[in-house]
Amino acid sequence: MATLVFVEVSDGKVRKTSLEALAYAHQMGSGVTAIVMGTVSASEFETLGKYGAQKVLHVADARLDHPAIQAYATVLTKAMQDENADVLVLANSSLGTPAAAKVAIKTNASFASNVVELPAPGFVVKRSIYTGKAFSFVELKNQKKVIAIKKNAAEAKEVGGSAQIVAYSVALSDSDFNTKITGTEKATGDILLPEAEIVVSGGRGMKGPEHWGILEELAKTLRAATGCSKPVSDMHWRPHHEHVGQTGVKVAPQLYIAIGISGAIQHLAGVNSSKCIVVINKDADAPFFKAADYGIVGDAFDVIPKLTEAIKAMK
Amino acid sequence: MKILVCISHVPDTTSKINFIDNGTKFDTNGVQFIIGPYDDYALARAIELKEANAGTTVTVLNVGLAETEPTIRKALAIGADDAIRVNAEPTDSLFVATQIAEHAKGYDLVLMGRESIDYNSGVVHAMVGEMLGIPSVSPVMKLDLEGTTVKMQREIEGGKESVEASLPLVAGCQEPIAEWKIPNMRGIMSARTKPLKVVEPKTTEASVKTQKFELPAPKGAVKMISADNVAELVTRLKTEAKVL
Ligand SMILES: Cc1cc2nc3c(=O)[nH]c(=O)nc-3n(C[C@H](O)[C@H](O)[C@H](O)COP(=O)(O)OP(=O)(O)OC[C@H]3O[C@@H](n4cnc5c(N)ncnc54)[C@H](O)[C@@H]3O)c2cc1C
Repeated sequence: MATLVFVEVSDGKVRKTSLEALAYAHQMGSGVTAIVMGTVSASEFETLGKYGAQKVLHVADARLDHPAIQAYATVLTKAMQDENADVLVLANSSLGTPAAAKVAIKTNASFASNVVELPAPGFVVKRSIYTGKAFSFVELKNQKKVIAIKKNAAEAKEVGGSAQIVAYSVALSDSDFNTKITGTEKATGDILLPEAEIVVSGGRGMKGPEHWGILEELAKTLRAATGCSKPVSDMHWRPHHEHVGQTGVKVAPQLYIAIGISGAIQHLAGVNSSKCIVVINKDADAPFFKAADYGIVGDAFDVIPKLTEAIKAMK
Repeated sequence: MKILVCISHVPDTTSKINFIDNGTKFDTNGVQFIIGPYDDYALARAIELKEANAGTTVTVLNVGLAETEPTIRKALAIGADDAIRVNAEPTDSLFVATQIAEHAKGYDLVLMGRESIDYNSGVVHAMVGEMLGIPSVSPVMKLDLEGTTVKMQREIEGGKESVEASLPLVAGCQEPIAEWKIPNMRGIMSARTKPLKVVEPKTTEASVKTQKFELPAPKGAVKMISADNVAELVTRLKTEAKVL
């Protein structure tokens, strides 16, 4: 009885967090069937096999190129039945999580999101709660289970397999398209903030949007995504989707570099899952230093260019 | 139009989180409780819609024990007309969604926050929508009504999406959908006498069981590096932290 993994694609490419979901399911031990919807680049199927899928169901329905959440839920529910899968695993996302919640209702499954580790015996999962300030251990009691994992719950690893690709289709009705997407505005080519391994964030200490050039240069050198504090997006210095914290994006990179951010508890709530935190602030008493691994007391406009140079020199 | 706003009663964002009884119970000692910040956005947008559309009523609903009543009264002071408290501990998303769905029938618009800031499941809106068989959209940053069509903007990874759906609808809200509202004196006075109905929960079989809570391991001390020696930071990130 295989575990079903919902694999999300963005512009035809498999999302990195979905590879983590594959790794998670693979490590659970039973076989892995991946399901992927919409238009998918041909080379991606090979990737899914390499990362642990034994079988890939491809739903080549162009209507699913849009995140039609209700339709996704219908397809996933049917696939769980057809594949006789008791467990559905997927990565937390603005599409996956609500679709998964609907699947849980349709299949009478136990549901958990923000899961950070493989299940312990008895199907007890560890969840991140209180915006990263604590964990809970939750037993999933029903026979069917839906698990939405947080970034880094499992390490995406090639396991060297190859998958059987199966064309799969589910009849969808109008009610599956009960929301109509009329437009999408997306930063193109950029590294997505929630998935980034390195994040460079700026706060009010950056003084104004016109100074973001040096921060972006640093980010580019590091192949990092850019983030910001809430006041920065409130003042429209940066777009809202870059706002990190309690009321914004929760990031979980290997490295988070905070520049000119004081370290208010609401900001820290969004970054406390980072592996390593570097704080650059001109005020030695800024609270962020207490939450940091490395700190530099200094002026952002002096330190940022030096840091960019030092990284270029290392490469 | 009838709007239902579902609010959570959660620790203030500055709270220190702690557990007692061998990690099985949240320590409320010294903790101030608030309307969930995302729910507060939902409520603010509901009040704006009420002000702009004559004949609109706003009901708030909370699943919680008696201690949540000050939080509910605050929502009434902000401008909701009446309130329902489902007398039960909000143990998990499915339970809360089940209780909301019991009362949400007949409302045109069901608004709530994108997630509660205690358990962070972020799915109650989707579950309620599924149970009622109506659309649900989240996280909504902008919501406007045009007849029975709801025009929304939803945040997605790295951008935003424009979405339309028809009433009735469930929306999980976040900023900048509206500005938080602060109750004024008149609001606070009138909130005391607004109807607050207490109802018993629908019984359900629990699908999950929380066994215990845990705090993250404490962080080691920060290592300070001189601004004149930025290269050392890079070296340490590479060789010591191994993140470059
Ligand atoms: C309910 C609620 C939710 C919230 N949610 C969030 C959230 O999700 N995310 C968030 O970020 N905030 C959130 N906040 C706001 C939060 O409390 C802080 O106000 C905010 O994080 C401060 O942003 P900041 O650090 O950029 O600005 P400030 O606090 O003004 O800090 C600026 C920092 O820059 C430093 N600085 C100034 N000039 C320089 C320079 N030249 N070089 C280097 N450093 C310099 C200063 O020393 C200071 O430490 C929330 C607040 C509430 C009440």
